[in-house]
Amino acid sequence: MMEAQALQLVESLLSFLGLWELLRGFIEPAWHVVWTVLKIFAIILPIMGGVAYYTLAERKVLGFMQVRPGPNRVGYWGLLQPVADGLKLLCKEIIIPTNSNKFLFLAAPVLALTPALAAWAVIPFDDGMILADVNAGLLYLLAMTSLGVYGIIIAGWASNSKYAFLGALRSAAQIVSYELAMGFALVCVLLAAQSMNMGDIVRGQQSEYGLFGWYWIPLFPMLVVYFIAGVAETNRAPFDMAEGESEIVAGFHVEYSGMGFALFFLAEYANMILIAALSSVMFLGGWLNPFQGWPVLGELTAWVPGLVWMLGKMSIFLFLFLWLRATFPRYRYDQLMRLGWKVFIPLTLVWVVVVATWMQTPWWLW
Amino acid sequence: MNFETVLFYLFAAVTVFAALRVITARNPLHAVLFLVLAFVSSAGIWMLLEAEFLAIALVLVYVGAVMVLFLFVVMMLDINIEQLRKGFWQWLPLGGLLAALIGVQMVWVLGADEISAGTTAVKHAADYSNTKELGRLIYTDYVYPFEIAAVLLLVAMVAAIALTLRKRRDTKRQDVNKQVKVRREDRVRIVSVPSARQVESVQEAAASNHGHTAD
Amino acid sequence: MNYLASLSPIYAEMFLLVMVCAILIVDLFIVNYTKTVTYLLTQTSLFCTVLILLFTHQPGAAHLFNDMFVHDVMSYVLKVFICLAVMAMLLYSRSYLLVRGLFTGEFLALVMFATLGMMVMTSASNFLTLYLGLELLALSLYAMVALQRDSAIATESAMKYFILGAMASGFLLYGMSMLYGATGSLDINRIADVIQHGTPNKSLLVFGLVFIVAGLAFKLGAVPFHMWVPDVYHGAPTAVTMFIGTAPKLAAFAFVMRILVEALQPLMIHWSGMLMILAVLSMAVGNITAIAQTNLKRMFAYSTIAHMGFLLLGVLSGTIEGYGSAMFYAMVYVLMSLGGFGMIMLLSREGFEADTLNDFKGLNQRSPWLAFMMLLLMFSMAGVPPTVGFYAKFSVLNAALDAGHLTLVVMAVLFSLIGAFYYLRIVKLMYFDAPESHEKIYIQPDSSLLVSLNGMAILLLGIFPNTLMSVCFVSVQQSLLQ
Repeated sequence: MMEAQALQLVESLLSFLGLWELLRGFIEPAWHVVWTVLKIFAIILPIMGGVAYYTLAERKVLGFMQVRPGPNRVGYWGLLQPVADGLKLLCKEIIIPTNSNKFLFLAAPVLALTPALAAWAVIPFDDGMILADVNAGLLYLLAMTSLGVYGIIIAGWASNSKYAFLGALRSAAQIVSYELAMGFALVCVLLAAQSMNMGDIVRGQQSEYGLFGWYWIPLFPMLVVYFIAGVAETNRAPFDMAEGESEIVAGFHVEYSGMGFALFFLAEYANMILIAALSSVMFLGGWLNPFQGWPVLGELTAWVPGLVWMLGKMSIFLFLFLWLRATFPRYRYDQLMRLGWKVFIPLTLVWVVVVATWMQTPWWLW
Repeated sequence: MNFETVLFYLFAAVTVFAALRVITARNPLHAVLFLVLAFVSSAGIWMLLEAEFLAIALVLVYVGAVMVLFLFVVMMLDINIEQLRKGFWQWLPLGGLLAALIGVQMVWVLGADEISAGTTAVKHAADYSNTKELGRLIYTDYVYPFEIAAVLLLVAMVAAIALTLRKRRDTKRQDVNKQVKVRREDRVRIVSVPSARQVESVQEAAASNHGHTAD
Repeated sequence: MNYLASLSPIYAEMFLLVMVCAILIVDLFIVNYTKTVTYLLTQTSLFCTVLILLFTHQPGAAHLFNDMFVHDVMSYVLKVFICLAVMAMLLYSRSYLLVRGLFTGEFLALVMFATLGMMVMTSASNFLTLYLGLELLALSLYAMVALQRDSAIATESAMKYFILGAMASGFLLYGMSMLYGATGSLDINRIADVIQHGTPNKSLLVFGLVFIVAGLAFKLGAVPFHMWVPDVYHGAPTAVTMFIGTAPKLAAFAFVMRILVEALQPLMIHWSGMLMILAVLSMAVGNITAIAQTNLKRMFAYSTIAHMGFLLLGVLSGTIEGYGSAMFYAMVYVLMSLGGFGMIMLLSREGFEADTLNDFKGLNQRSPWLAFMMLLLMFSMAGVPPTVGFYAKFSVLNAALDAGHLTLVVMAVLFSLIGAFYYLRIVKLMYFDAPESHEKIYIQPDSSLLVSLNGMAILLLGIFPNTLMSVCFVSVQQSLLQ
């Protein structure tokens, strides 16, 4: 629908310039592709911007929690800091270690970033505001998030450095372990929503009870497991063994500089935002209004667009990421594995059965 | 030739190329990565057949988990590929001859008309969900083999654990329950030290307490 | 409830599966290394499985799960015998495994999983279930062979077994996929129907058949696909060798029957020729090579190959008598094999394997009763008249003769005469040679009871073979008629 309207807009614009008849043969057949590319840009560019300012937010929040101002020199209140950082990284020399595998060394950052961005294709930002409204959306997401580990493991190996290699091994084991718990947590969502389509999952949470109709109530343990597993999947503190700057310097990306490093950085933060988006979509009702159907608040907030709610919910989780980082010391490796295998996986397995049974009873209200 | 056919040949070519490289790559790590590529492009072929569940499951399970562990192991192993290849050229003529013989026989027996595709895949409506259809079949018509396959996986798990788990005496293991149960009183001893003393007596006390400070 | 009642033919398998899972969990809480509770639980569940089989059996065939599962007389008889053979094997091997530290909960669980696999195989009526049952059995066996991790030879044989077994599975699957391509179905009855009445592609069928026969020969250990048998029999712990050499042969018989006879009966003209070559080669290589062996386990391995040749001889006759006698042969073989390996384990003790011929020297002076039992076993394996082995060979030869395979029968007799040499050599060693050690033989009362029962069964069945023989004939007849 929007696709056709946009085409009309382009047509009227070009006719005004007198170019429409000339370019028509090129534009019309390829319009679907062009439109899709435009939509991809409309998703990726804000994510990039989000990543940039999320780094600023991180430093500001950490600063606030540690009673210090954080970056405040570049621009007012440090607002231009991300731009300065980006410029610095762009200008830095890319160093390729001797005896490293050059092709894989350069391919690794790309392999890390691609799945992190590709996963966004099935995230609904508002009702219908989704790039690919596919039925197997949830599965696709799981597949994409499981691919991110290749960037890390290849980076570690190709760098020909022991710190990088150790970091890569740690990270690979960690991601594979937590993926299971994450997958099972999503199975619960799938059970509750009876669909793997991300839009349907959100619509399944719609009710006149507002935020009490969302899945975070029946699936609360899964929300906790999912989010913690998400923190572990993105190698963030307190699960940042893969970087572990006090033991293995910076882990898998210790040999990267300049844009290679920047790409890893982008991937990590894009993944964090992705986890936040997913948690909101699956447990906090995505674009839904939390006060929907409530007597007064519901009517007062009815005008707020879904996108705002979605972004609001995401920022809650994004803040949690930072809060965790500021609060907890790093896990020890065996503790991390124990948490994943002996706590989360049994818990999620049990909860799958609980939800499946619960859904057969009249007490299932969602 | 429509777009899908082009895609099919693209994926097929990549799959064959990657599969060939798996066995010819000198570096075992490259072989594993080519195998990953082969998996991904076969997933693409499945996608063209509207089998999106299988395609994504292939990526999720094989590429996302199994091959990562493969990579993990291959990275840590010190494989001397030259040693593995010793005798490769020596046996190549015999092996190649046998392979060619079998290949010729197969073509001869089956004939060209048997190999050609007789039917094309049926196109489904847009609301057709391969995942749902697969689930329905697995839990109705194929429930018995499905359950046996599940038992098979259980056996694999039991076997893997039985073959690898060995209780060693010399490992240092932490008991998390004990760690959690620890109270401050177990670890910290509060000693009240008198604030003012004569210099000699403090030195004496330090000398006599020297052995205790370690705990 | 009605649905549950309709599942009654598969109650035994369901019970067994539930019990394995229960045993796996119970075993976690048993610290005692003798694992008495787990052991008793295993034996009880196997026994209860037999009881369930006996009580739920109804005449006629029951098809379940969209024709994937069939419960007919043949599968019923074979399942009962499989469970009994596994129970006997566990009884024999308990003390042997205990002193070697292999008697773990996992071992028992794997044995039960393998039993389940065999039961699935015997009552499969679809290539899918046939294959899955086979893999369930094979996977458990691979693991069991490798269980003795400190032994290099066991690990090596497990590796060989695994790789060759995987290759055989590949052959089998390839053949099955060809048949699927030709007939458009994996269902055994449907395939038979299409081949008989439809117009499937003949060359594709035969092409698939070649691969299937090769895969089967691998699994049976028939020459020229026998290379793994001696190594695995020799390398595996004797208890595991006993397991491989007993109950799975019954399942393998069922497997051959389901594929070759039930699904591909119309192609008999093709497969009986292939089986002929396999049978003759197996009998020749098995019997002749066994003479040169000094290790009893290796010798038994070659004798297995020869026995499998005999079994194939019965199958390739292509008549009800042939199939019935092959089934009888398989059962008798299991009985003899149990006794033979049981004897090795009885004479073994901690840190010592009684698996060479020399260990049997002068057994008569050390324990006359055991020597007599071994004598019966050897006579039976060689096919000396009063024992059951004679009747088994006799009925197979008879069936082959009726089907007109005169040359084959003559060759079979010739090779079994050669084979008699190495069986009787053991008898000579036991009775006429001086013992190498005079150590006292200590045997658990349950094992000695079992070995006596085993030997007596061989003798008694040899004198009164008719009951078992008619059970085999009836079951094959009834299963093939519908």
